[in-house]
Amino acid sequence: MNAGTLLQIAQTLLAIALAPLLLGWTNQCRAWMQGRGAPPITQPYRTLRKLFHKDAVIAHTASPLFRFAPYMIFACMALAAGIVPMIANDLPFSPAADAIALVGVFALARVFQALAAMDIGTSFGSLGARREMLVSFLAEPALLMVFFTASLISQSTELPHIVETLAHKEFAIYPSLAFAAVAFWMISVAENARIPVDNPTTHLELTMIHEAMILEYSARHLALIEWAVALKLFTYSALGIALFLPWGIAPAGDYAALPLALLALFVKLAGGGAVLAFMETISAKMRLFRVPEFLGTAFLLAVLGMLIHFLLEV
Amino acid sequence: MKIGDHDWAFAPQAGSNAIWRGRVEVAQLAALARAVKEEGGQLVALWGSDDRHLGGAYSVHIAFLTGAGLVWVSSALGGVLAGEAPAYPDLAHIFPQADRMQRATFDLLGLQAEAAVDQRKWLRHGAWAEGSFPLRKDFQAEPVRELDAYPFIQVEGDGVHEIPVGPIHAGTIEPGHFRFSIIGDRVLRLEQRLGYTHKGTEKRFEGMDLATGAQLAGRISGDSHSAYAWAYCMAVESATGSVVPERALWLRALFLEVERIANHLGDLGYLGNDVALAFGFMQFWRLKEDWLRLSARLFGHRYLFDRIVPGGVAADLTDAAALLAGADRLEAEVRDLKAIYDEHSVLQDRFANTGTCKPALAARLGLAGLAGRASAQAWDARVQFPQTPYQHLDVNMATQRRGDVWARAEVRFAEVYESLRLLREIARRLPAGPLSVALAPAGQSVEGLGWVEGWRGDVLVAARIGADGRLDRVHAHDPSWQNWPLLEVGILGNIVPDFPLINKSFNLSYSGQDL
Repeated sequence: MNAGTLLQIAQTLLAIALAPLLLGWTNQCRAWMQGRGAPPITQPYRTLRKLFHKDAVIAHTASPLFRFAPYMIFACMALAAGIVPMIANDLPFSPAADAIALVGVFALARVFQALAAMDIGTSFGSLGARREMLVSFLAEPALLMVFFTASLISQSTELPHIVETLAHKEFAIYPSLAFAAVAFWMISVAENARIPVDNPTTHLELTMIHEAMILEYSARHLALIEWAVALKLFTYSALGIALFLPWGIAPAGDYAALPLALLALFVKLAGGGAVLAFMETISAKMRLFRVPEFLGTAFLLAVLGMLIHFLLEV
Repeated sequence: MKIGDHDWAFAPQAGSNAIWRGRVEVAQLAALARAVKEEGGQLVALWGSDDRHLGGAYSVHIAFLTGAGLVWVSSALGGVLAGEAPAYPDLAHIFPQADRMQRATFDLLGLQAEAAVDQRKWLRHGAWAEGSFPLRKDFQAEPVRELDAYPFIQVEGDGVHEIPVGPIHAGTIEPGHFRFSIIGDRVLRLEQRLGYTHKGTEKRFEGMDLATGAQLAGRISGDSHSAYAWAYCMAVESATGSVVPERALWLRALFLEVERIANHLGDLGYLGNDVALAFGFMQFWRLKEDWLRLSARLFGHRYLFDRIVPGGVAADLTDAAALLAGADRLEAEVRDLKAIYDEHSVLQDRFANTGTCKPALAARLGLAGLAGRASAQAWDARVQFPQTPYQHLDVNMATQRRGDVWARAEVRFAEVYESLRLLREIARRLPAGPLSVALAPAGQSVEGLGWVEGWRGDVLVAARIGADGRLDRVHAHDPSWQNWPLLEVGILGNIVPDFPLINKSFNLSYSGQDL
């Protein structure tokens, strides 16, 4: 086994292990900003442990798809976490999937999530699945536009290439990326079911998007889905870092830079989590039918970023 | 009293200038209702009683809100002959809010509203058999378990589907079933099914002594404890001809305003929470918690339970300075939070034009209380018909015309400020004197009615005390009876994810209407 493979495995495991920590940190920041006592940062781990210890309750009408979906979703998120350069840039996985395929991996997880939600035939499941599709069919093209803008600079859709161009070559300022970054933030909020698009902590069934789809899940299935949710947030954060703040990621073959890269990742994630918590604290959830406007704006910004690339950077 | 062209023989209730009592022939009921309607009045409550043990038959009771105050009329019904159902004319075609009250009256007593359009059951869920009526004095309780099988009204068409919500919800709220017929996320029709918290409260009152009755009355809807306890005490005090000391009445008003503030704070927080502005939720609930703790410190109970007792009050204001300091602190913080709510664009976008009840609709359907005032229904018993001490306080009514979530939030803010002002006035001008008197035993069957403007709207309790000095029949009416149907109408044209917000902006009682 060569070093690259080891690094690949280490990074994926790192993401899986640390994802709940990022969620815990974000929840903590949010609690502080709301002026209340915060749960411990390890709370998501405790929740996972609790869920893994419970017996699963499954609807009589559930098909095997319903049981299978959580594993599929988790696997998709773990795969995505393996594709995005987090601490090092030479990942053997990366040539297998570029940024476009990454969008596909996320979409695959979503399709399974929506199918499983509709599988048991409850009204909330289909309600959530329908809304999720509304959000995602608007978010995906915008996300692709963001990737295109970033890949125009490096002339490649492969994430390690993009990181290498931005972080390890001569430093340059790309105004197009500023637009793409704002668009990416908006898309991440929508894709990760965060405020102002969705509310991850709500108990109001009728307002839910993501939560409505997983209402029928319990125990290990729910644990896997919750873990996948944390992993998705982690991967999106890492993706944002790779595209817009890549400095610190170890160049290919430079193993001495790894400890520093790890530290940089921690600092950037902590900062990102705090900013996310801040944005969630100051904003409220928008009316569902405003989401298309919100994501339309994200798409527009991504396109503007691309235009600006052609105007100023070529 | 002249209502319409007819001069009705109604007399004011002892010790009150706002409550009137009268008896009319059952044949005159419809004419009276129409006359009240034409004068711009409303039907507030409708209930029945079994008077056979008093030498009568059954009676139907109606409380009308008129320009002169609240008029409580009773009509003895026929139907004493075997096989003949006691019946009275349908009033729901004049006052739509009577519909559910008539159906509940049938479920509980078997009194039939003749020719009513909607004859479906309302409170009966299958816990007692069809054809047996729990509030009849000869009712024998037998455990029955049948399926509810409530016939909902179906909406048909391409792409229409139903979402059943509740009675078990994802959050800790009271049980109610909501049947949405939707197309996409747009609501075509909402139908409610309530009655899940029917506890037989009115039956429980029968034979209870007056002091225990006050405790039960206060627990009809826990968030309106002081309103119900006061209304109940007003009813039994008026029935027994007792005169309550001034200081006790002022303290009751103090408790009522403290309760109003606590509930409004909680609701304002919930409104923030329902648009995912957790910051607003946390801050308002922190203020509410401080307020409850202040109540506990000053009066011995967070929600002031059992502080209002027949004949007076059971707690005194000894530390007015602490109350005033707490009120000042609260007002400053609420004003800061209001500025945040006012300037929060997403929150304003969610509140504005959501769940609109236009004034004309509100008037037609009899929207009451706080929600009514947000739809230009300028009724507040503290303002139009002030009873001691409110006639000395000049309450300012808060009204809005828009009838949306925003308007209901605005009315709450305005009422918090006004209640804080009233609180300071009461603390400043509280008359000296004893806290309570003993009730005089009547020695015969007597009745009385209490009417209090609680935080949700006007709460009404009618009580009849038997010759043995124990309660014979108590009816408690919550403004939620009139307001629940408005929620069905207010949601139309809105989208499903806005329903919880609209629901919260009304914040109606389940327990108070299920009884």
